Amino acid sequence: MNETILTLEQRFGARLEAHRRDSLVFVSVPADRAAQAVAWLRDRGGFTHLVMISCVDWIERGTFRLLYLLSSPQERRDIGVYVDIPRDAPSMESIHHLWAGAKVYQRELREMFGIDFPGSPGVNDPMILEGWHDIPPMRRDFDTLAYAERTYYPREGRSTRDPAADTAERVYPTDEELRRGIADLARRTYPGGSKDGES
Amino acid sequence: MTDDTQKMPKHRSPVPEEELLSGDSFLDPAEEGLFCQDRPEPVSPSRVKIVRDFCNWAQANSVFILAFGTGCGAIEMRPLFTARYDISRYGMFPRPTPRMSGLFIIGGYASVKTIKRIVRSYEQMQAPKFVMGLGSCTVNGGMYWDSYNTIKRLDHYIPVDVYVAGCMPRPESLIAGFARLKELIRAGKAEGANRYAKDFEWYKRNQRRIITDWNMPEHNW
Repeated sequence: MNETILTLEQRFGARLEAHRRDSLVFVSVPADRAAQAVAWLRDRGGFTHLVMISCVDWIERGTFRLLYLLSSPQERRDIGVYVDIPRDAPSMESIHHLWAGAKVYQRELREMFGIDFPGSPGVNDPMILEGWHDIPPMRRDFDTLAYAERTYYPREGRSTRDPAADTAERVYPTDEELRRGIADLARRTYPGGSKDGES
Repeated sequence: MTDDTQKMPKHRSPVPEEELLSGDSFLDPAEEGLFCQDRPEPVSPSRVKIVRDFCNWAQANSVFILAFGTGCGAIEMRPLFTARYDISRYGMFPRPTPRMSGLFIIGGYASVKTIKRIVRSYEQMQAPKFVMGLGSCTVNGGMYWDSYNTIKRLDHYIPVDVYVAGCMPRPESLIAGFARLKELIRAGKAEGANRYAKDFEWYKRNQRRIITDWNMPEHNW
């Protein structure tokens, strides 16, 4: 794994982000060289399996952080490649020529985050959201609750209960109830009012 | 039973009001003329009581289910159809197409993409037809109460005769729901298809409010 990381650092300007264990590391690669780095990992590094492409909306940093998670079935190790792309003009090189299945992830990222992958087959086709007019729903500045309330018809009378408070209230007795219960039990067990029953 | 005739709440829609019922469908030209363009009409039951009762009795005892699993609740329909809870005991069994079936079970959450298919399938079913809402998601959204893509109330899009609440309701609850539906049919109260025909504009308006790319015919049966 170390020589793989070393090569990535030297050839693609990668930076080690996290070394979870010997079989799982995360590196970040500049966006313009990320597709080359992924291609190199597939062809030379033995990472022949694309597990997934995922995305995090870093609204504070103004970036989307893509994660290409690759796996090497022969050597049983995984590598995650982080790619930061600007949030205001999100576009990334497509890797559908490396793995045909990548076009599905890219289509989903296009729909859910609005990230463009030029050249990816069918990337602009709707996948789940047919006829979507708003900003992409997985962006963090999209207010899901407000959208749901103004678009669908809320039924009156729906109430929400806090699970922890509800369980404590309905299932577990309070300290006061416990003390009273023990006293009652003691009184019934020792009706004469023995020393044990006083407590 | 639900009350569909209540006043619709005011909502801001992604589609402007004037475009909602303009009647412009993005229909494939190859499909033009293949579909009926008439509005459905309510069918009043026979005025003779014995005929009416006989029809209701017959309908209640031959409810065929549309085998269209629309959500996670469809997983409860497998034990229902097969040996464990064998519902053919009650004269019900799954049918493969909407044309053959009389009961549509909406199995849980319905996304906007699914509600489009639900509307098409429902309209293709032949009256008398009944709808059972299965699970909390069809009642008020359930755990998808704040979802951007899941409807909250099924009865705003198609008429619902019986709701079975729960997340998920077990097959026994469904069987109880079937018993309730049979009671309603025999009493002549399961008039979902007629309600749909009567309030057709209201339903279409609600459907168009969320189905913004209406690339299907206006009436599908």
